[in-house]
Amino acid sequence: MTTATASKGRDRKTGASAMLPDDTLLGWLRDLVLIREFEIRTMQAYSNAQIGGFCHVYNGQEAVVVGTFAATIKDDPIITAYRDHGHALARGMDPKACMAEMFGKTTGCAKGKGGSMHMFDRPNNLFGGHGIVSAQTPLGAGLAFATKYENEVLGEGEKRISLCFLGDGALNQGALHEAMNLAGIFSLPVIYIVENNGYSMGTAIHRGTTMSDKLEAKAAAYGIESLTIEDGMDVCAIYDKFKPFADACRRDQKPGFVDLKTYRYQGHSMSDPQKYRSKDEVGSYQELDPILTLKGQLIEDRGCLTEEDFKAMQKEVRAIVREAVKFAENSPSPDPRTELYSDVFTDPLPNSSPSGPYTHGEANHLTRGDA
Amino acid sequence: MANLTLVQAINLALTQEMEADDSVVILGEDVGLNGGVFRVTEGLQQRFGDHRVVDTPLAESGIMGTAIGLAMNGIKSIPEIQFEGFLGPAYDQLVNHGARYRSRTRGAVTVPMTVRVPVGGGIHAPELHSDSPEAIYAHTPGLKVLMPSSPYDAKGMLISAIRDPDPCIFFEPKRIYRAFREEVPEDEYTVPIGKAKIVEEGSDLTVVTWGAMTIQCINAMDSLPEDLSVELIDLRTIYPLDVDTIVESVQKTGRCVVAHEAPLTAGLGAEISALVQERCFLHLEAPVQRVTGFDTFMPYYKMELDYLPEAPRVAEAITACAAY
Repeated sequence: MTTATASKGRDRKTGASAMLPDDTLLGWLRDLVLIREFEIRTMQAYSNAQIGGFCHVYNGQEAVVVGTFAATIKDDPIITAYRDHGHALARGMDPKACMAEMFGKTTGCAKGKGGSMHMFDRPNNLFGGHGIVSAQTPLGAGLAFATKYENEVLGEGEKRISLCFLGDGALNQGALHEAMNLAGIFSLPVIYIVENNGYSMGTAIHRGTTMSDKLEAKAAAYGIESLTIEDGMDVCAIYDKFKPFADACRRDQKPGFVDLKTYRYQGHSMSDPQKYRSKDEVGSYQELDPILTLKGQLIEDRGCLTEEDFKAMQKEVRAIVREAVKFAENSPSPDPRTELYSDVFTDPLPNSSPSGPYTHGEANHLTRGDA
Repeated sequence: MANLTLVQAINLALTQEMEADDSVVILGEDVGLNGGVFRVTEGLQQRFGDHRVVDTPLAESGIMGTAIGLAMNGIKSIPEIQFEGFLGPAYDQLVNHGARYRSRTRGAVTVPMTVRVPVGGGIHAPELHSDSPEAIYAHTPGLKVLMPSSPYDAKGMLISAIRDPDPCIFFEPKRIYRAFREEVPEDEYTVPIGKAKIVEEGSDLTVVTWGAMTIQCINAMDSLPEDLSVELIDLRTIYPLDVDTIVESVQKTGRCVVAHEAPLTAGLGAEISALVQERCFLHLEAPVQRVTGFDTFMPYYKMELDYLPEAPRVAEAITACAAY
């Protein structure tokens, strides 16, 4: 059982977010609402069997991507695991392309060949979701190596950081520890952001992870500075703490590690009976909801939003998401005769497709007399 | 007798082996409290305790290595790897170490471990959750590779694997986890490792397959003309191969089709095809046909059935081979 931690006593008037204009924070709110509404539709489409396979939604964790991305520039590479719809949307992927990908349609971000777990957006430097837990962590080190190399050796581009997101379950895969040691020894500008929602699938963090109340100890072993964000459902709190941390990593071109405490409202995947937690526990986090929190701050502290404005924003976003679903529904499915084997290599090889040399039946090599 | 699904039959085998032998230990991600990702180990932790049904951290390499270490000390470990794609992180421990100890120590250290792994496509999952890597492990000396196609065989084969003194990898075709039920004896019994099953006898042509493809082949045979007599062999054990059953059948029929979900090139169909031409050359009346997936990644669900060699493709290959 994990416990919800409210944003307590933080002075909203002195953090970095307090210096930002109203429009920026209104944009954050809109991003939070977009991800939430998108996921609600995703769950519906999954229930309608319009989305196949395994589907992991982001409800509850929205503040993580909105708060951390706000501290990045567009050229900063992002890489993550399979709960990746929020990362795609917050990075600027068209909701239509995101939804169509899950529907397996050609108009998806990866032509409908990757699905829910594999959201890639090369123009926005999103290097994908990954279906193997922690697979992305050494890759994140590699992305950071590349930006550092380009900047320092080739003299190209500005100083960049890479954000590598992982769940708390990924803390225990060997890959992360190899990657953090590499990042530490080479001083690679990658920030490992643990989206610590308290559960590795159905296993509570204290049941599967040592030092679970002091994760920074893991980073310390690799000489990596860390940051703990307790109120990780409050987007302004995330930004206020993360921005200076990320700026330092960028300036000094060094790695970082963030234990960002958040919560997922839904099960691990759409087929999770959730025997490992109580409804009360979920409810206690829903009281800290990122949308309600930021909405309250904008109405009460800044006075730049009214209930009516918020309703209008929701309405506008819902229309966009409905449009995305309609777009996905009406988009064409891939043609297996070409798409099954395209993009395995630069040039398709024999044996890779029904339209290649490997066939059976009338057109195959079984014709008597063939050499 | 009880009418069980594949999942229930596996659960029953695990329950009975754990009851019969205190040295049997299950470990894996969410196998205990949650009952496993496909609920195969449902109820076992409540029954046998969390010291025998162990929820591990999410760490496939660690799970596999720990299971091997347990087995090196005589504990019959049964690690669960949630999907075949997750064998990737565990590959080093399994292939470079677990498979080799008997040979490396000249018999002094053995690994009586059974790795349970859901395998294959047909459930609308993406790559890494739908792959068929059995040939990779069949190509690894020191590993026995099993894949049942029915609840009855699943129970008997799993019990054999658990009791086997060497490391076994027990692939469970997820497509048929709950697809149908079968009468399964309540008492313990074994289905021997290395023994194929003749699902249907026939005289004109031999089809060799395994796992969920067995069902596709049965469906294909139902669509063929009645005067074409097809013998269907379900390998059950992929390594060691039951060469005798295959050879005897093809020497009788003179024609052979091999069907598998995995990609064509260097798949197990190539091995079986080579064996048939070595042992049955003078009996053959047609080249061996392979009906397989393609040399590409398992596609996301819209194209899944275009990738998988479904019954119509199998029927097409049988018809072509028979007409040659």
